[in-house]
Amino acid sequence: MTTTAQEVLGALAEVRDPELDEPLTDLGFVAGVHVEEGRVAVRLRLPTYFCAPNFAWLMVQGARSAVLALDGVQEAVVKLEDHSAATEINRGVSRGAGFAQTFAGETTGELGELSETFARKAFVARQARLCDSLLRAGQTPHEVVGLQLSDLEPGPDQARCVVLRAQLGIDASPEAPAFVSPKGRAFDASELMRWLRIARLVRLSVEGNAGLCRALLKTRYGIRDPEEVAV
Amino acid sequence: MYEKDGERYFIVDGHIHFWDASPANQANKYGRGFINCFYDYQQNLSPPEFKWPLEKFEKYSEEDLLHDIFEVGYADVAIFQPTYLTDFYTNGFNTTQQCAAVAEKYPGKFIVNGAFDPRDGEAGLEALEALVSRYQLKGVKLYTAEWKGDSRGWRLDSPESYRYLDKCRELGVRNVHIHKGPTIWPLNRDAFDVSDVDDAATDFPELNFIVEHLGLPRLEDFCWIGTQEPNVYGGFSVAMPFIYTRPRYFAQIIGELCYWLDENRLLFGSDYAIWQPKWLVERFVDFQIPDDMLGEYAPLTPDVKRKILGLNAARLYDIEVPAELALDAVATTGAVIGSEPVSPA
Repeated sequence: MTTTAQEVLGALAEVRDPELDEPLTDLGFVAGVHVEEGRVAVRLRLPTYFCAPNFAWLMVQGARSAVLALDGVQEAVVKLEDHSAATEINRGVSRGAGFAQTFAGETTGELGELSETFARKAFVARQARLCDSLLRAGQTPHEVVGLQLSDLEPGPDQARCVVLRAQLGIDASPEAPAFVSPKGRAFDASELMRWLRIARLVRLSVEGNAGLCRALLKTRYGIRDPEEVAV
Repeated sequence: MYEKDGERYFIVDGHIHFWDASPANQANKYGRGFINCFYDYQQNLSPPEFKWPLEKFEKYSEEDLLHDIFEVGYADVAIFQPTYLTDFYTNGFNTTQQCAAVAEKYPGKFIVNGAFDPRDGEAGLEALEALVSRYQLKGVKLYTAEWKGDSRGWRLDSPESYRYLDKCRELGVRNVHIHKGPTIWPLNRDAFDVSDVDDAATDFPELNFIVEHLGLPRLEDFCWIGTQEPNVYGGFSVAMPFIYTRPRYFAQIIGELCYWLDENRLLFGSDYAIWQPKWLVERFVDFQIPDDMLGEYAPLTPDVKRKILGLNAARLYDIEVPAELALDAVATTGAVIGSEPVSPA
């Protein structure tokens, strides 16, 4: 069985920028995919030369794991281009080394805590979007806090919230409360609006940052639509 | 001074540079990468008539600076924020000395800030003292993400940094501008995390901490510490150009800032030569929160704009404001708000 470039892109669509919580393919970060008899080469690019190396590492490593998990792939080389730490990251990830080992002396550990922090931010931002759309549709704060996860309309934010809850160790069963604090605690109606005010700020940060990253990528590579050249 | 619709505005550009990033001064590929990164910001977030060729952007003239900031840029006073980057640029990117050389030729036009790096130890403390005495500094610009040898950055709340902040307090250097960047020690932490500012602001209540770029892209963390610490300010450099490309996003940013911090702790800065004050000032004065957001955010009155464009910075730097351009009753201190914003939603 041979792997196609389309399948590789499908796998890369499951890898997200940890900070923006969006797929690498949507963001235009995949500069190229080359497949030759089970050997896959992926080129990644980022909006700036100095994008945080820890997030860059997570994306390169995530991309490599996702491609290697495809049937028929024997070898995957993911190469980050035009980045200040590209040499260290590419070498470290291809050898299966850890982040701390690759950047010895510059870290106090691996990237688990960082990933968790940003998964929580992503969860808060998506809940804010869902909550605002319910309030706009006329639901009261009292009604909103009474909702269960299974009451939410299926959609990208709802689906992503379920995944993030599981990842963060927050109850993701259908009867769990639909809206909870970043640590998973349920709200009463009086707390909801105060939480939402902060949650909107997190959402503004994440969405604004994603917009800027897209725009800078476009400027940096002189491309009209980053997704057009993703193959 | 800028005048529009009968309203007059005293302008302090709180964040400008006079840099040399020419290939001759680039020490390595990082120097090239750094200026290219700045260049993409200008290209992406400026109206077409304010975009420069790369060659000019790498090294512009003193005439360009004076023309863009004062002749067409409306600034009454501009504050130099040095950015040394001596690991990237042979003679530094934009040092205190380079800024002061220009400032001394035009008395009253510029304020020069200094810089320190806690990794310089004892010698750095002496150098800071000499710098302050030589240039009568009232402020410093810190770049916690600056590389130094094998180190990729430092933290404002480290014991080494506290010795320098102590020295600032002792020397009367009250204004501490902090820029966060994408590589800071330790590398496994969030590079833009502003929590170290929180602790330093608590421990040094006599100092003002101006978080440049509003802590973007961590606006929520910045707003949060802003509500707790009355001596934390937000510098608008980098954020204001969104007024051109993404006005609704800009409305949300400034709406949130006025809600969480209030308008007394926000400072205009162009980050020249990335952006030019002329179009930023013009568009900011013309700007209003869109109607559909007014339920959530307060409208931007001329007084709010006056404070942000100059009066707040004038207060921090003791800049004399002509009586006809001052406000009758400008709130002079930001009160501790605690965990609840003071303005209505």
